[in-house]
Amino acid sequence: MLNVGLSMLGLSRFQFAMTTVFHFFFVPFSIGLAFIVAIMETCYVVTKDDTYKNMTKFWGKIFLYSFAVGVVTGIIQEFQFGMNWSDYSRFMGDIFGAPLAIEALAAFFMESTFIGLWMFTWDRFNKVVHCLFIWLTAFGSTLSALWILAANSFMQNPVGYAMNAAQHKVEMTSFGAVIMNRQLWNEFPHVIFGAFLTAAFVVAGCSAWRLLKKDHENFYRKSMKVTLIVGLIACLGSIWSGDTQTRYLINNQPMKYAAMEGLWKNSTQKGNWSVIQGTKNHKTTWSIEVPYVLNILGHHSLNGTFKGQQQVNKELKAKYNKNGETRNYYVPTRTLFYSFRIMAVSAGLFALVAIIGLWFNRKKSQSIMRQRWFLYVMGLMVWLPFIVNTCGWFVTEFGRYPWVVYGLLTIADAVSPTSTVASLLFTNIVYFLIFASLGAVMIILSHRVLKQGPDSVLTDGYSTKPQDSDKKVDPYEMGAAHND
Amino acid sequence: MTSYQFIWFLLIGVLFSGFFFLEGFDFGIGMAVRFFAKNRAERDTVIQTIGPHWDGNEVWLITAGGAMFASFPMWYASLFSGYYIVLFLILVALIFRGVSFEFRANMQTDTWRNFWEWASSIGSFCAAFLFGMMFTSMIQGVPIDKNGDIFGTFTTYVNWFSIVGGVAVSLLCFIHGLNFLRLKTTGELRDRAQKWSKILYPVLLAGEVVFVILLYLTTDFFTRKPMSTWGILIALVIFTLAAWWGAQAKHDWASFIASGLSLISVVVLIFNGLFPRVMIATTNANSILIKNASSSPYTLRLMTILTFTILPIVLVYFIWSYWVFYKRIKSPKQVTE
Ligand code: HDD
Ligand code: HEM
Ligand code: HEM
Repeated sequence: MLNVGLSMLGLSRFQFAMTTVFHFFFVPFSIGLAFIVAIMETCYVVTKDDTYKNMTKFWGKIFLYSFAVGVVTGIIQEFQFGMNWSDYSRFMGDIFGAPLAIEALAAFFMESTFIGLWMFTWDRFNKVVHCLFIWLTAFGSTLSALWILAANSFMQNPVGYAMNAAQHKVEMTSFGAVIMNRQLWNEFPHVIFGAFLTAAFVVAGCSAWRLLKKDHENFYRKSMKVTLIVGLIACLGSIWSGDTQTRYLINNQPMKYAAMEGLWKNSTQKGNWSVIQGTKNHKTTWSIEVPYVLNILGHHSLNGTFKGQQQVNKELKAKYNKNGETRNYYVPTRTLFYSFRIMAVSAGLFALVAIIGLWFNRKKSQSIMRQRWFLYVMGLMVWLPFIVNTCGWFVTEFGRYPWVVYGLLTIADAVSPTSTVASLLFTNIVYFLIFASLGAVMIILSHRVLKQGPDSVLTDGYSTKPQDSDKKVDPYEMGAAHND
Repeated sequence: MTSYQFIWFLLIGVLFSGFFFLEGFDFGIGMAVRFFAKNRAERDTVIQTIGPHWDGNEVWLITAGGAMFASFPMWYASLFSGYYIVLFLILVALIFRGVSFEFRANMQTDTWRNFWEWASSIGSFCAAFLFGMMFTSMIQGVPIDKNGDIFGTFTTYVNWFSIVGGVAVSLLCFIHGLNFLRLKTTGELRDRAQKWSKILYPVLLAGEVVFVILLYLTTDFFTRKPMSTWGILIALVIFTLAAWWGAQAKHDWASFIASGLSLISVVVLIFNGLFPRVMIATTNANSILIKNASSSPYTLRLMTILTFTILPIVLVYFIWSYWVFYKRIKSPKQVTE
């Protein structure tokens, strides 16, 4: 990482990366799981098959943990723009504030209210209404992603604004343009597909672990079937939208693209695509290359060329460096190069696993139980979506270096002037410890839920302790007689 | 100052009022988990009273923060960066209490259940205390430079008045939580909550008197706006007395509404005193004013239209969700019978 030493800027950047990456472990998982749980409950409402009801409650429990952690880390996100990036907030408030406030008003209220209703009213409303609650929760969380990504997209590709030079800030001139940002409509589907994929492969992987133990075969095979279907669709969606994004970048952020592909010099007509490479001093030192692949991926044709980073750097210098500035516009190439490869290769892997899994898991066949190696692979892949999501954001966020707001504001100008190294060091350490423990508790609890198995949720309507599930109680109903 | 700027100053006040009214009793309930409830069964019941609501209540804070960012970026930037450590501690407190509800229920040993209960109580107390401290320190005037950045020292944030403010707000939240318990429970818990609030109200009243004296000594509220400041303070005392009376006379609703209104009067007091500023600087010329802290007229108008279309819809389902869980929760003794 560039510039991440013990400087104020370095620590602020580290803090932002750490808190957001942590938030974004839970966000895609919650968004995706909300939908998967909603699909399961809908299956229950339609088929009246109790297995689906158990699936809903069982995976719903893990969803609630993830949601809780997502919520508490989300508050950090909102506050830290003011706390660590006050000059960014002054510069961007006019545009960033609006989506953020709408996110809270339109999305978070919906999400939090209906999740409360969903959790505690299993026996109070009829099935269809209860199912509607989880759909509204899922819908709310998708909306929240849309609004926050609108803000992020502006940073990648500013539109619909005017510069107010006197006060050194941007002002919104067209809300429509901010919302119709091409970047947003490339980014949003990709993030949402990524979210579905994340939840799908986590649930499928957990099911695989249980199947290895020959636990509740019917239950886990059904869970696996539902999630692998979702996962396959999401995976194809990610690849399609990832391709759209990549080709958009070629024109819009050529430096990011060149770094993703490790191009230092302009590419030749042959379109050599490097599988892996070494770089030093803004040059490729060695690489393993395959001809034409670059053109096929980037241009969807055999011909064409791409600008390399050296050329892009010259162009950006000519465009942005005024009165003798010497700033370079190189981005952390190695990070982008490998993050991009991890993302794309994993996409292929996910697709493969989903197809094989669906095949092995056919209704009449027992092969899923016999192919233990495959269950192991699926079980281990539980971690992969989180890594892939983070890699994707590394590409997006490191790729706009040195800008925070592309072409308008640099990272160095965005940081709070009041921050100090001492306080940042302190907060970084505390955040790190808190995140590590929250992550650990989250994993332990989910593990415990899995171990207790689906029977623990058979009868209770989320009563606090699984053990007393035989006493079927609705705490909000009991006091009825004592109402005054 | 344009009328949009004025509306948004009011709206931020309204959002913070909503936050303190709702999250106020959440904080109180959180504190009650360890400081009031006596055994596990009681703690279960206490937590159940806010189970479906706490997240929605916290969204009021998130909305207030987002709205501040959108409508007064300069205010948001100075306040949040200036109160860096205080807000950081608030975040830590909110994190611990936020996950405690979900985590506690699924702990298998008493030690860990106790741990999350304490996390809930201490987290709730600290959050309420620090919010109180932040706002009382802010209204005394802080060292702001021309760029709007606050370079405070330890005593900017921690001084007698801000400590009294923190204690008063957390006490108010605690009593508000007890009043909420009186509404939502029956039997033993409800009776004890009533007993406790009867005893705590005199303490709170004494605290309020100290608060007013320090307010007089350290802020310019009484010189700039004597009439309205006194008016609001009298309202605050009247609400406190009304809630006390409600505790004596077993009027649960009256107490709850009155304690909520006293929290709101504190917010109103602060916003009234701030007006037409949003941040008070020790050097008068550097105070940040409504008229030059806001975002552009375009954004303000857009936000106004969106807020007035979305907020009513939100309020409908938000209130409906309270109505769904309107009923009292049976107290633990009656459950085990
Ligand atoms: C599990 C999730 C996942 C999967 C399988 C993929 N991605 Fe991705 N990718 C993300 C999850 C993600 C992400 C974390 O959601 C990002 C970060 C920002 C964004 O828009 O989505 C992202 C960003 C991102 C970007 C940067 C966009 C920008 O800077 O504007 C590109 C170019 C791609 N992706 C391309 C791809 C390609 C070509 C893929 C497959 C062949 C692919 N991604 C699979
Ligand atoms: C959606 C709204 C988002 C906004 C508005 C946003 C904004 C920012 C800002 C202001 C910075 C600090 C300046 C900088 O270092 O470049 C930053 C850095 C960063 N963000 Fe984002 N971000 C968003 C989403 C995310 C997500 C979801 C992730 C990952 C999961 C992420 C990963 C990072 C990383 C890794 C950095 C550090 C880059 C660096 O140090 O240069 N961001 N982002
Ligand atoms: C860096 C900018 C971000 C900010 C300021 C932010 C803010 C927040 C806040 C305040 C919450 C708590 C909401 C509650 O109490 O219900 C939250 C949760 C959430 N955020 Fe973020 N967030 C950011 C990044 C993202 C991104 C990039 C996404 C999606 C793509 C996202 C999606 C969500 C979702 C779905 C939740 C609900 C909780 C959950 O499902 O885990 N956020 N966020």
